[in-house]
Amino acid sequence: MNWWNRPAADTQITHGGRLWLYVLSAIIMLLLVAPTLIVVPMSFSDSQYLEFPPSTWSLRWYEEYLGSTKWMRATATSFQVGLLTMLVATPLGVMAAYALFVSRHRATKAIFLLLITPMIVPVILIAIGTFYAYGRVGMNNTIAGLVLAHSALALPIAIIVVTAGLRSYDLSQEQVARSLGATRTKAFFLITLPQIRFSVITAALLSFLTSFDEVIIAIFVSGGTNATLTKHMFAALRDYIDPTIAAISTIMVILSSALLLSIQFLGPRGSKN
Amino acid sequence: MDRRARAVPGECTGIDSRLKLSFAVTDAPQGTTALPIEIRDLTKRYGSVYALNSVDLDVHSGEFLTLLGPSGSGKTTLLMAIAGFNRPDSGSIRFGEDEVILTPPHKREVGMVFQSYALFPHMNVADNIGFPLKLRGITGSERATRVEEALETVQLSGFGARNIDQLSGGQRQRVALARAFVFGPRILLMDEPLSALDKKLRERMQIELKHLHRKLGVTTVYVTHDQREALTMSDRIAVINDGELIQLDTPEVIYNSPANAFVADFIGESTMLPLKRDDAGALFFRGQKVGDAGADEGKDWTLVVRPERLFFAGAGAETDDQTIVLKGVLREAVFQGESEMALVAIDDGTEVAVRFGTSGRASPAASITGDQVSIGLDRNDVIIIPGEQAA
Amino acid sequence: MARADADGSRSGKHLHGAALKRQHAREQWSVLSLVVPALIVIVLIILIPLSWLFYLSFLGDNGGFSLENYHKMTQYKSYYRIFVTTFQVSILTTLACIALGYPLAFFLAQLPPRWAGVFMLAVLLPFWTSLLVRTYAWLVLLQKRGILNEFAMQVGLWETPIKLVHNMTGTLIGMAHIMLPFLILPLYNAMRKIDKDMMHAAANLGANPINAFWRVYFPLSLPGMVAGSLIVFVLCLGFYVTPAVLGGGRVIMVSNQITAILENQFDWGAASALGVVLLVATTFTLYLAARVFKFDAALFGRD
Repeated sequence: MNWWNRPAADTQITHGGRLWLYVLSAIIMLLLVAPTLIVVPMSFSDSQYLEFPPSTWSLRWYEEYLGSTKWMRATATSFQVGLLTMLVATPLGVMAAYALFVSRHRATKAIFLLLITPMIVPVILIAIGTFYAYGRVGMNNTIAGLVLAHSALALPIAIIVVTAGLRSYDLSQEQVARSLGATRTKAFFLITLPQIRFSVITAALLSFLTSFDEVIIAIFVSGGTNATLTKHMFAALRDYIDPTIAAISTIMVILSSALLLSIQFLGPRGSKN
Repeated sequence: MDRRARAVPGECTGIDSRLKLSFAVTDAPQGTTALPIEIRDLTKRYGSVYALNSVDLDVHSGEFLTLLGPSGSGKTTLLMAIAGFNRPDSGSIRFGEDEVILTPPHKREVGMVFQSYALFPHMNVADNIGFPLKLRGITGSERATRVEEALETVQLSGFGARNIDQLSGGQRQRVALARAFVFGPRILLMDEPLSALDKKLRERMQIELKHLHRKLGVTTVYVTHDQREALTMSDRIAVINDGELIQLDTPEVIYNSPANAFVADFIGESTMLPLKRDDAGALFFRGQKVGDAGADEGKDWTLVVRPERLFFAGAGAETDDQTIVLKGVLREAVFQGESEMALVAIDDGTEVAVRFGTSGRASPAASITGDQVSIGLDRNDVIIIPGEQAA
Repeated sequence: MARADADGSRSGKHLHGAALKRQHAREQWSVLSLVVPALIVIVLIILIPLSWLFYLSFLGDNGGFSLENYHKMTQYKSYYRIFVTTFQVSILTTLACIALGYPLAFFLAQLPPRWAGVFMLAVLLPFWTSLLVRTYAWLVLLQKRGILNEFAMQVGLWETPIKLVHNMTGTLIGMAHIMLPFLILPLYNAMRKIDKDMMHAAANLGANPINAFWRVYFPLSLPGMVAGSLIVFVLCLGFYVTPAVLGGGRVIMVSNQITAILENQFDWGAASALGVVLLVATTFTLYLAARVFKFDAALFGRD
């Protein structure tokens, strides 16, 4: 066992000497990943009850989901709101991040703190607050209202991701472009934006997911024909455990995994830029 | 901090008289559009600190002028102000007849090379160089021709299709350069463009840049903190410290007649020795007359001694009309390859550095540490500056 | 400075000063105007509604200013229990996250970056998965006839199914799972920044691995751990979904109570007052942390 006795770290501890760390880490990683993945086989069960492993396999819960007007409409709403949130939060986030990054104005720190308040304020407060405010202006149960609220949640994430991208970018490139004859706007679109594109794409995908996965605001502000998938799921979870949820969950796990993997591997150096 | 202490009374007269002195005119090639730059009263303050304190500077058309100073001296601020990226509080910058102080960077027609090169990594070499042409609506074959010409000028013919990450440091440097001059800018600005290169390559690029400048004939302002680089490349050097222009002159004059202790210390190696002035204005070093203050009433004067101008004199050598002789004890002799450096402690213990070639004259090879030695200085090599020596 | 006076021919001292100042101001505003759209969203969704809730919380039954909504909180024992539960869940979840997150972050930080990237997926995958889905997964796992009970009984850990869900146990398990990535990510980043030479030096100076860890590594990783713990703690304070689903009505945190008040009594004053208390507790924790640890760079990703 050569590996066993080899030093594993700078303190000369051997791999064997900290085998416990590897075992423990493996267990924790299993605990992190397994629960979400276990839903997948269960969704293919034929049983009324959730059993693992399923005794018989079928697609009946997917059929149930795909055949239900309620679920289909909710899914469409969630996608619609998610995409619109992405379209609102991404450009707004990029603009704000760029301005705060470039500006040397005294107010930038305060503005930054203000823009990330949605991360600090408990979501339940944003939910009941917008619910109350929307009630006054008749925006409850509207797509626009939900998109606006979700955009507020997605903005800080977009801003932080884009700011990180700008930090690893050499701003003198934009200066060079300007000295070569480009206006500031042109320099941004021709030089800066292409180079922070992975941050921008990441920001866009995260904005979409933030909206798509959001539960609490959706519970309060969405409703009727514009209720989201999460709102229906939450209601279903509180009342009874329906295997249809396993099928929907599986679809959501696949969706977010696909987005995550695309960010991790599409970018040349991961999601760093 | 210690730089600040070097501000010297009487520096102003020194500078002003030198400003009117000679300047080198480059052999400007035909058909060039080189413009002079005229900077007046340029001031930029950050809080209570002056990054630029009422700077006046004339860059002659077609010349290679270097802004030299320690980091934080304001040289980069000045360059950025010329480029339009740093907005001063007040002042005037003219390119020829054009007042550009309020002109945005993209309309200044200034080619710029940054320390980091700032090549666009998402474009290949040709697209990088073609970028300013594209912005000017130059398309198709004309753009390609001009890009290829520029590549040829920087000796990178055929590199157009390469990606930036396939280039070496020196090649990137050249691409950045080609991109900066391909559109025929009125002025070329460079911010420590060679500092990222290793010593050998840097020295080669210094010569190449000088060649290129001669070929293009464009007025060039170059920023560096490396005094050797400045001496090598420049037609004239502007020494800057604490946001002020200390001395502006040719490398030879800057080196041989520094305006004050700061310049003397910053450029080249030197030992500074305090002088005494008698009522008639004669200046003495330890009883030996070394020069004349003339009409200048300044009380403090300093003798600047360059190590390579000193030599070992014979044991019996005495000061005469030609040579000043200092006697002392050899403290240390260090072999440095192309030369040797000796430290000699003269009478009161002040150490004077002496540099001498490893072959040829006056090697003190016979001397060993602790021996009595005499060092000589030709009276023609005496440099006297007003003010006290730097701490 | 002296030179300007020496030369009498120099034109006015502030050449173009006014125009430059104007240009500077114009440019600053045109850059800052880019944040305006984002600010509008924040004002509409956060500032105005929160101010409204704030106002409602001080509105008495008679329509005038009153503290009765806050007074109620001190009167009823049920409120006291809710605050205790909220802090209990938050603290226990945070501790669980530290216990599980520290070893894993340490393990990941020791790996070569390539492998760390691969194993990091184990943290990122749940991080990106809907918390509703993860909560649901635990509901399935922990139920009476769920996998965990079945497995434990087969192995012989216990005889009859144990109640693992619709109570505090289930809530804590679910919360810890959901919060774990929030602790690991900042902690991992902090650990990556620890200078390897430090550990070399410690080893060279004769520290055994355990000593070197506790004397050198652990203190250096502490800022990351504190930042991560605070994020977890603050998020827990306002958590709603997981206690609502896995607590089965037995674990009532502040957020759940706010919803309950609105659903059952439609009492905006009481709900708002509770919300204001929650917001103050959250802000106060963060403020205190920022003051004590100066870590806002770690939390907000900006220095």
